[in-house]
Amino acid sequence: MLVRVLFLGPLADLAGTDAISVPAPLDWAGLLEAVAPAVAELLPGERVKVACSGRVLTDKKSLRAVGGDEVALLPPVSGG
Amino acid sequence: MRDIRLLTEMFIPGSLIGPFTQANPGLGGVCTFVGEVRGDDGAEALELIHYEPLTLPGMDRLADRAFGRFDLMGLLMVHRIGILRTGEPIVCVSAAARHRRDAIDAVDFCMDHLKSAAWFWKREKRADGWHWIEPRAEDHAGLARWEVPPPA
Repeated sequence: MLVRVLFLGPLADLAGTDAISVPAPLDWAGLLEAVAPAVAELLPGERVKVACSGRVLTDKKSLRAVGGDEVALLPPVSGG
Repeated sequence: MRDIRLLTEMFIPGSLIGPFTQANPGLGGVCTFVGEVRGDDGAEALELIHYEPLTLPGMDRLADRAFGRFDLMGLLMVHRIGILRTGEPIVCVSAAARHRRDAIDAVDFCMDHLKSAAWFWKREKRADGWHWIEPRAEDHAGLARWEVPPPA
């Protein structure tokens, strides 16, 4: 089973793709290894949020994604 | 009346605001803000990206907070996604209330949150390509105004 990792907004440019699929399960250490170095560098900062299965994690380091989950990497937003 | 939506196509704010106003009989005031794509800085187009599982549910929670905080009869909150051209509306927030201050403040509150605390990402196309836009310091300052709890 796979976990789909989505790169939102400017993170997609850094990753060079909108999404990747990685083997489940996926934790924080696995996520840092799975993404491009330019993304991994930004991930620990407080400006990037992580959602798993449609829920934003209060502590992203507690990530435990299982097969079929979608993990979204969310950089600073700008709407309106 | 509560109407919270994402739109993928160009919309005419008046066509939403008219029926919204009609749907709140007995209102004392209605306040509407429409944001449009500015045309003064060399931008040819704007793209609004969203994330389906979070964006609309987040707008719904924002509407819940507005209803909890202000004495509202109705709230319309519509945000575009996709590619927009100069002059097209991006966002329309309209609040109906028995009294003016609730309507005005609710629109201000919703807009401050939509600008820098809702799940949207925005980039603009200029002659040299696409550029991501981050919220300005003023946008964050706008949001911070609401973090002080309202007087009891």
